[in-house]
Amino acid sequence: MKKKQIITTLLVLGLALAGCAKQDSSAKKTIQVVGSSAMQPIVEMGAHEYQRSVPEQKITVQGGGSGTGLSQVQSGAVDIGNSDIFAANQKGIAASKLHDHKLAVIGVAPIVNKDVGVKNITMAQLRGIYTGHYTNWKQLGGQNIEIVVIDRAQGSGTRSIFDSEVLGGQKKMKAQEQDSNGSVQHMVADTPGAISYVSFPYLKDTFTALKIDGIAPTTKNVTTNAWKLWGYEHMYTGKSPSKETKAFINYLLKSDKIQEKLLTRLHYISLRSMKVEKDQHGKVTPVE
Amino acid sequence: MDSIKEKIQSKSKETRQEVTGKILSYSAIILIVAVVISIFAFVASKGIATFTQNHASLKDFFLTTDWSPTAVGKDGRPLVGALPMILGSFGVTLLAVLFATPFAIGTALYMTQIASKRGHRLLQIVIELLVGIPSVVYGFIGLSVVVPFVRTHFGGSGYGILSGSFVLFVMVLPTVTSMTEDSLRAVPSYYKSASLALGATEWQTIYKVILRAALPGILTAVVFGMARAFGEALAVQMVIGNATLMPKGLLSASSTLTSVLTMGIGNTVMGTVGNNALWSLALVLLLMSLIFNLLIKWIGRRGRF
Repeated sequence: MKKKQIITTLLVLGLALAGCAKQDSSAKKTIQVVGSSAMQPIVEMGAHEYQRSVPEQKITVQGGGSGTGLSQVQSGAVDIGNSDIFAANQKGIAASKLHDHKLAVIGVAPIVNKDVGVKNITMAQLRGIYTGHYTNWKQLGGQNIEIVVIDRAQGSGTRSIFDSEVLGGQKKMKAQEQDSNGSVQHMVADTPGAISYVSFPYLKDTFTALKIDGIAPTTKNVTTNAWKLWGYEHMYTGKSPSKETKAFINYLLKSDKIQEKLLTRLHYISLRSMKVEKDQHGKVTPVE
Repeated sequence: MDSIKEKIQSKSKETRQEVTGKILSYSAIILIVAVVISIFAFVASKGIATFTQNHASLKDFFLTTDWSPTAVGKDGRPLVGALPMILGSFGVTLLAVLFATPFAIGTALYMTQIASKRGHRLLQIVIELLVGIPSVVYGFIGLSVVVPFVRTHFGGSGYGILSGSFVLFVMVLPTVTSMTEDSLRAVPSYYKSASLALGATEWQTIYKVILRAALPGILTAVVFGMARAFGEALAVQMVIGNATLMPKGLLSASSTLTSVLTMGIGNTVMGTVGNNALWSLALVLLLMSLIFNLLIKWIGRRGRF
């Protein structure tokens, strides 16, 4: 009985060690991508497409948040760190040590519960809601329902896009926070009087997407900066990425299959169609 | 003669097995202890860094209510008021256990004193099933059933401590029930026989003898339930609303230590104030679970019969 136990223990240990060893030998080839969960679907699908032409290339894509992506790529633990925010705007990251590859543009839209009776709002009103100035939809021409403000987690990419365009430096009030687009969708659809914001891929008809100053949240309006709530999806690498990493990123940025088809299908916007560009301070300039 | 001498003086197969066994178990113990110590050291060093490196004040941490670690207050120290989360954690924990304990004791009494063998087995299956349901499922049920229920029957947006406690109530129920059942079962059967023989009714026996004798065990079960509720993250996070505001009541959106931790940790960078502040919350959680453990040991030592 005892001998059996020892043998089993050794076997288990042995297997575990073998598992480690196996991973080590193939680590050279594997490209590790970690970071923003909003970007995870495009990078995953992109990796899938890429593997069709380069089948022996292993690519692992993980979520974990923009902060995780940036700090892991900075420490050299992974090859690519996905982020919805400029590395320069993330505390504790030395942006000069990283190389930025902009994969796509993403729009963000304020959404409300269907019953609030408001479809259009001004930027000042939106700011008023998030700074706690307005507390009832009645004040904005809607139904007599209390406003339930739902915010995103501090440091999330979607929130930083929203804050930089909407708040204009004012202090946001404290509100409920959710850390994923999915739970925000669910909560806004079900909670009377709820307002929040999601990125374009998560817009659904179970809630209303608000127009701001009469402008609808569409891809086309983003390309001209008529719709101001947008930002970049970044893929950061170290200064000297491996050959495999370079080839993969190159594929994602250049391939028509990704930039034309995949991005449109997932409601992201290709950099090719953008008529303006934005820097890390939010300054917008036309593309030549 | 020599062969016997050799046999006696050299190590037998069994002795060698003994040595191997000892080595194996000692190395396992050393590994486990090392893991526990290093977890403690890691969390403590990170958690304390908020106060040593980033100069947050310990008093503010426990007594103020403004949680925005990346911003600094008027005195130039980071705003790390964790009181809302600490209160939120204790709020949901205490309420959940308060709801769960009567049900757990009732169920356990039925299982040990009243039910037939078949009834007992059936209940056991039900309770074990409750243990096996992953917390994300509880959270999702909470989001789609409990939150609307609280909204229509109690008011508010539905997100808050009350919804959190309802979800946790179901989650801690099996833990408290099965441990209470164990402690009821451990009451010697002659206590019951003697009481019945003296002419006490079944209820009198249960109430005056069995419950009294099992009290320390039941208390241990309750503390275990509290420890589980205190550490639960995902399900609570989905229904409590996650606003780092002082709870204005049971119906306003609040947050717990765990919900703030799980939300923030992926969006901060190691070594920054924001990250360290989260580690301080983790340290509080760790210390609390240590306290719960000590409490269990203490009750166990006092109430042995």
